[in-house]
Amino acid sequence: MRGSMEEKYGPTSPNIQIYRPQLTSVLSIANRISGVVASVGGVALVLWLLAAAAGPDTYAFALWLLSSLLGQIGLLIFMFAFFLHLCGGIRHLIWDAGYGFALSTIYASGWVVVAASVVLTGAAWIAGLFAAS
Amino acid sequence: MTRRRERTLLEGAAHWWRERVTAVALIPLTLWFFASIIAHSASDYSAVIAWLRMPSSTLMMVLLLAALFYHTALGLQIIIDDYVHSARKVPALIIMRLGCLALAVAGTFAVLRIAIRG
Repeated sequence: MRGSMEEKYGPTSPNIQIYRPQLTSVLSIANRISGVVASVGGVALVLWLLAAAAGPDTYAFALWLLSSLLGQIGLLIFMFAFFLHLCGGIRHLIWDAGYGFALSTIYASGWVVVAASVVLTGAAWIAGLFAAS
Repeated sequence: MTRRRERTLLEGAAHWWRERVTAVALIPLTLWFFASIIAHSASDYSAVIAWLRMPSSTLMMVLLLAALFYHTALGLQIIIDDYVHSARKVPALIIMRLGCLALAVAGTFAVLRIAIRG
């Protein structure tokens, strides 16, 4: 098959839209999407640092933006995306080390990722509210 | 195996390792950042600046920015490789890499400016 499409470009992926979504496939694409969303959070982090470096007035404006409804929704989305990516990433690192490949373990660790992401986001949000009050 | 294919495999392995190394580094760095930020929820400007000026905070922040945007660039490269096939691929990769570099440099500049000038 020298010079074929596969030789030139590598194998092509199956058309995923014909498969029924499962926890495994949904978490796989969720890790990718949450990584992209968390990247946008990284942009917000840099803007926050630049505002802090610029001075008290700019910083106050940044905090006003963050405390607005849109800012709070954005912050919540970034935080959930980050924790989902963190937990999903740790699951990947465990796989990389060679553990957790039994099908039942893959499903169990998948649900742990979902639950841990929700709990961590909620805990961080509530801790922030308590620290602020 | 063609030389081109051999090179692609070596690059892939290096990319894979860099993604893992930055991921492992980001676990303590991001958790430190979230814990610190939560602890400073009620802090005013001067308190946040005082925290960022501490040598340990400055160091952790610079390490966080470096690992974060390196990891981001590695991840976004895979996404561009997977979904962008046309003539837009190379410009997309260049813009993405320059963007990540600019964010890391801008963030580091801000942190150092706070550390030096207060």
